[in-house]
Amino acid sequence: MSLFLIVALPFIGALVPGLMIQAGRRACALATLSVTALAFIGLMTHVPAVLRGEVVQARVEWLPALGLDANFFLDGLGLLFAGLILGIGLLIIIYARYYLSREDPMGQFYAYLLLFQGAMVGIVLSDNILLLLVFWELTSLSSFLLIGYWKHLPEGRQGARMALAVTGGGGLAMIAGMLILGEIAGSYDLTVILQNREAIQSSELYMPALILILLGAFTKSAQFPFHFWLPHAMAAPTPVSAYLHSATMVKAGLFLMARMWPVLAGTDAWFYIVATTGLVTMVIAAVIALFKDDLKALLAFSTVSHLGLITMLLGLGTGMGAVAAVFHIINHATFKAALFMTAGIIDHETHTRDIKRLGGLRKLMPATFVIATITALSMAGIPLLNGFLSKEMMLYEASHTPWAGSYWVVPVLATVGALFSAAYSFRYIWHVFFGPVRKDYPSKPHDPGFGMLASPAFLSVLVVLIGIMPSLAEPLVRLTAAAVIGGELPEFHLQLWHGVNAALVMSIIAVVGGVILLALHRPLDRAWIAAPRPEAKIIFDAVVEGAASGSRWLTDRLHDGALTRYAAIFTVTVLALAVHAYLTGGISRPTRAMMPPGVVPTIGWAMLLIAAGCLVAFHRRRLVALVLMAIVGLVVSVGFVYLSAPDLALTQISVEVVTIILLLLALNFLPKTTPSESSVARRVRDGGIAVVAGLGAGALIYALLVRDFAFPTISEYHLANSYKGGGGTNVVNVILVDFRGFDTFGEIIVLGIAALVIYALTEALLSSPVRARLLAWTDESPDAGDAHPMMMVVVTRVMLPVVLMVGVYILLRGHNDPGGGFIAGLIVAIAVVMQYMASGFAWAEARQRYPYHGAIGAGVLIAGLTGIGAWFAGEPFLTSAYGYIHLPPIEEFEWATAMGFDLGVFLTVVGAVLLSLQSFSRIARRSGDRVSAHPMDIDPSREEC
Amino acid sequence: MSHWVVMPIVVPALLAALMVLTMRHHPALQRTFSVGGIIAVLFIAIGLNVSAGTGAIHVYELGDWPAPFGIVLVVDRLSALMVLLTTLLALAVALYVIGTGWDRRGRHFHALLQFQIMGIIGAFLTGDAFNLFVFFEVLLIASYGLIIHSGGTARLRAGVQYVVYNLLGSTLFLFALGTLYAVTGTLNMADLAERIAALPAEETALVRVGATLLLLVFAVKAAILPLHFWLPGSYANAPAPVAALFAIMTKVGAYAIIRIYSLVFPPSLVATQGLFDIWLMPAALLTLTVGMIGVLGSVRLERLVAFAVVGSMGTLLVAVATLTEQATAAALYYIVHSTFASAALFLILDLTVERRPEGGRIAVAPPIAQNGLIAGLFFAAAIALAGMPPLSGFLGKLLVLDAARAAERTWLIWTVILATSLLAIVGFARAGSTLYWKSAAVMPAAGAAVADPPPAVRPAALPFVSVGGIMTLLVAATVFAGPLTDYFAAIAAQIYTPANYIEAVLGARAS
Repeated sequence: MSLFLIVALPFIGALVPGLMIQAGRRACALATLSVTALAFIGLMTHVPAVLRGEVVQARVEWLPALGLDANFFLDGLGLLFAGLILGIGLLIIIYARYYLSREDPMGQFYAYLLLFQGAMVGIVLSDNILLLLVFWELTSLSSFLLIGYWKHLPEGRQGARMALAVTGGGGLAMIAGMLILGEIAGSYDLTVILQNREAIQSSELYMPALILILLGAFTKSAQFPFHFWLPHAMAAPTPVSAYLHSATMVKAGLFLMARMWPVLAGTDAWFYIVATTGLVTMVIAAVIALFKDDLKALLAFSTVSHLGLITMLLGLGTGMGAVAAVFHIINHATFKAALFMTAGIIDHETHTRDIKRLGGLRKLMPATFVIATITALSMAGIPLLNGFLSKEMMLYEASHTPWAGSYWVVPVLATVGALFSAAYSFRYIWHVFFGPVRKDYPSKPHDPGFGMLASPAFLSVLVVLIGIMPSLAEPLVRLTAAAVIGGELPEFHLQLWHGVNAALVMSIIAVVGGVILLALHRPLDRAWIAAPRPEAKIIFDAVVEGAASGSRWLTDRLHDGALTRYAAIFTVTVLALAVHAYLTGGISRPTRAMMPPGVVPTIGWAMLLIAAGCLVAFHRRRLVALVLMAIVGLVVSVGFVYLSAPDLALTQISVEVVTIILLLLALNFLPKTTPSESSVARRVRDGGIAVVAGLGAGALIYALLVRDFAFPTISEYHLANSYKGGGGTNVVNVILVDFRGFDTFGEIIVLGIAALVIYALTEALLSSPVRARLLAWTDESPDAGDAHPMMMVVVTRVMLPVVLMVGVYILLRGHNDPGGGFIAGLIVAIAVVMQYMASGFAWAEARQRYPYHGAIGAGVLIAGLTGIGAWFAGEPFLTSAYGYIHLPPIEEFEWATAMGFDLGVFLTVVGAVLLSLQSFSRIARRSGDRVSAHPMDIDPSREEC
Repeated sequence: MSHWVVMPIVVPALLAALMVLTMRHHPALQRTFSVGGIIAVLFIAIGLNVSAGTGAIHVYELGDWPAPFGIVLVVDRLSALMVLLTTLLALAVALYVIGTGWDRRGRHFHALLQFQIMGIIGAFLTGDAFNLFVFFEVLLIASYGLIIHSGGTARLRAGVQYVVYNLLGSTLFLFALGTLYAVTGTLNMADLAERIAALPAEETALVRVGATLLLLVFAVKAAILPLHFWLPGSYANAPAPVAALFAIMTKVGAYAIIRIYSLVFPPSLVATQGLFDIWLMPAALLTLTVGMIGVLGSVRLERLVAFAVVGSMGTLLVAVATLTEQATAAALYYIVHSTFASAALFLILDLTVERRPEGGRIAVAPPIAQNGLIAGLFFAAAIALAGMPPLSGFLGKLLVLDAARAAERTWLIWTVILATSLLAIVGFARAGSTLYWKSAAVMPAAGAAVADPPPAVRPAALPFVSVGGIMTLLVAATVFAGPLTDYFAAIAAQIYTPANYIEAVLGARAS
């Protein structure tokens, strides 16, 4: 079977349980089992090839630009781990079938389990270290789901998050490590990397790569000081603990260290980091394990301790160390998975995992007792069981390993670790199964059915078999160890009796010491409980909570919603970077001489200054502010006239009129003054920023004005081609509707959208609680008794046709003389606005037959369709055409398609302005504005003043 | 000359006008035309990609005026890709709002949506700096309309901040264009490129100011710190599907930076040396950091996702700021990923928030309908956005990390990217486990359970189709990462040979 398929099967299979659960729990479990079995069989088909020493490969390109390819390979090490993952996976699936209760969603469980299985198989078969990273993080994610499987348990959720944060975080460090490693080796393919030992170890990047990769491995394999997540992951259902947290996931870190052993191991750095971490982990976790009352916590810490043991063996960097590590990986997987299952059985049957509430189960659960005893004794390192063999090898290696010149540190610590290991193993047997039968079990215990016992029983048979006949396991150990070492295997034989040597002595000390410790457990336990010690979960929670609240504080402080502060930051940033840009460039001398200031410009300049200054002083009085703004606008318009830009002046002045009117209407619903909300210091600061920014803008404009263009401008072309190509003598208009008609098309759309938005906003306001406030709102200022003054009504009505005529005139002449659709639209809009103002909203509204939305839509459509018209002549969008028509008795006149476009502009402008006005009027009318039934009405109720 | 180039702008514009004119009171018609229009533009966009994929650069001279005197639209590989991205996203969002009825909660939704699409696509296609300003205005005002769609105090307030802040940006845009025009006398981007390259060293100061101001305008759009302040509030308070659409809006800023700063202001010129490289990368890293800190520090889901968008822009800008061909290719992959991942997350957020009486507050509440499905979607989208395997976020992150080797201080960039990933993971895990796990464990209060039995109405399938569609695109971006990155490398190669672009635009008449 292709390696791809072996990896993919669990992933694809993850869909199966979710569907099969419909057919019942048995079908669901069977389906899951067959998926894993299929993958297992597929793996087994490669065994002969691997035994022959071949390396099975499967490669396909995925992301060659990065060097990330879906390359898999299978050698001895991969085979051992894949076999463990799938083989123990089979046992776990069977066990879980009986473990899960009816309330637990089994489909989900198996789906997650298969996802995890696929990710694990992916890790151990990856030939590409980036691909390995993908699977690596996938195991973190799938274990997150598995640990949090019981959503209702807070421990489950917290444990899941902690495991994800620690192992996922380690994975992130590993990303960097792998990228560095790939850079040194020139490839991300393991098969290539493994050939490059010298290059890697001599590189100056070796240390960072090593540390980053080890961070990943240590977090995953729960090495001190990252060990704390594993006990909390025990909130998961026991099958998960047995699978992930004893047999597979936590071994991923070991796998990685073994995989990288040929290139990373053998240096001092490797020895001191890895072996020391392993040793410390082994001892500390073993000590803690002895004092855990929760069965699973005890097993969890014992797992950490044994992982430390294996890490230490790998860290030694010797061939025999690697052999011992491989052998202990196999042994630990067998006895620890079985032990977890027995813990699950006890929990399942007695409804408690607290050792202090247990005892005497020997008689009540004999089968469980036998299995638990065999496996626990193996863990303790008792002869004739497999744990003894590998522990003996470990002690032997430890006995002659110097640490920083000292020959006693490693052996003593190793013995202490083994001693505590024996002690907690004995405790697991003694305190749970021996002693008197109690009366107060939460549930009456008895042995479970065959289904639940089958898996651990099978494993305990393996424990005994390997323990008695180690030669059975030897081919597998040799095969794997050869793959780990990647070269010549040291001379060794797995056998029960090595004669009396240092290891045996240390072993005896450990076992005897273990018994003594167990005997002294009660006083020691009291001392332990009384002693102060750091609680990892509390620290971790505090760190995360601190980070979260710190983040919240920082985020809320930064984003406090104060627009003035945002604007101040904006202005300062822009100023600083603009000044930087200016100072780092070169500037030539001005090329234009200063002109003497004339009288008119000086007056205009003074008015601008005065108006702006007054605006600063009086900006809290909104009406005054509006008037002052109008003055600024007028001066600008005059400026355009003075500078011979009549089109701009016309546009500017009509825009001014319309904006001021609309703003006046809006002011009607707002308070008359702006409250002072910021402190004096803040105002001084903001004022300073504003002044500097204004000076900066002024300086920039000055610098631009005193210099000529560095290159000839495109406007020469516009002047030259306006009449010839655009058919108009008013260059401004030709630019607007022709040269840059597309800009105008966009701008009228902006205007149209703005009106639609105002309309939508009004609708939203009027259908919200604001409506009630508007209805309740009364204007406190005294009414002008004459709401619709007769003079104004008469004048506006008389003027309406005249203004409309002017509008049309301006529209039509625009192409050759100052004018055009935009200005015409504004003029017409003003004429209508004046009707609203003079005669009242209701009066004008009643005479308004065409919806303004339509005018906007029609305007944009007409402009667009005019543009599209060019397509039929084979020209691009908005290409204009013009010609002359002679219709007697009228004089010959010019037509241009640009007129159609201008008409569109005109309609959009009219529609947009009037729709905005209408929206305001709707607010006004809802707010209790009196609708005058007659024109020119005089309010009889007004008080004479 | 093919008119297909201008179609993606004209079609939505006219459709929107038609909707305003004739279908104001016919929501069903609006929906039909809206979706139909987007699908039409989608097909055109596919055509443009096929055509531009060959490496050809199409220039469309509006009004038949030659560049640089008139306005040109330019389709190259990059702009075609961005147009396609926009339409795909718009289609998903349109289907979603129709499925959830969001479009009926206010007026003119579909018209504004079409105008918005027009503005975004116009910004991608135009080859004229001032025309870019016009389209920025179109998309700004349309997006303002969409943000305040259906009203509400918080939304209106956020809308004001959004529009005021972006108007500051628009003002700056005018300053920038004025400065550049006053020195160079042109607005066409290709022409600008030629003239700025020819600028003597003693004339550079003002162009440098103009270039910096322009970059700051794009920085506002791309939400680069410290010019990002408009984003969190407005995205968090906008209707979530609208925020999903806005996933492409920040990319407009990123696109503009890539385009203008490879074509007009490449850092190798005398006029632009040492101008951006000193601050763009630190700003990008700061953006990433503040964004992901915001993910961890948010108490509302909407805000969390909004900050995730900021963070994701930070990662993208790290790639952009590296300013190499490889990094730009990485940035393009990240653009595609980040657009779909952010959009998906916003839509899933909406599915959640709309089902919860508590809204988006990350706190325990009675379980929502379809908790499992929505939780699964959230899990997947969060994985994508946090950059965890196996989805495109991880590949994008690897590409960015790999490209960052070319930058100075690689170790700092790597540290920031990886450390902020951890913040994002923890932030998403906390939020997700509270919203979907802890809440699932809560039994509805006894009284409430009796009062309102679970609604018998089958929830609409269309929203899930939309979200599923986006997730499918993310998966596709992962599976076909190889061919995609190859193509993006081709795009980057095209971007980094601006001579072809300039030749296509200015030499169109000569040939």
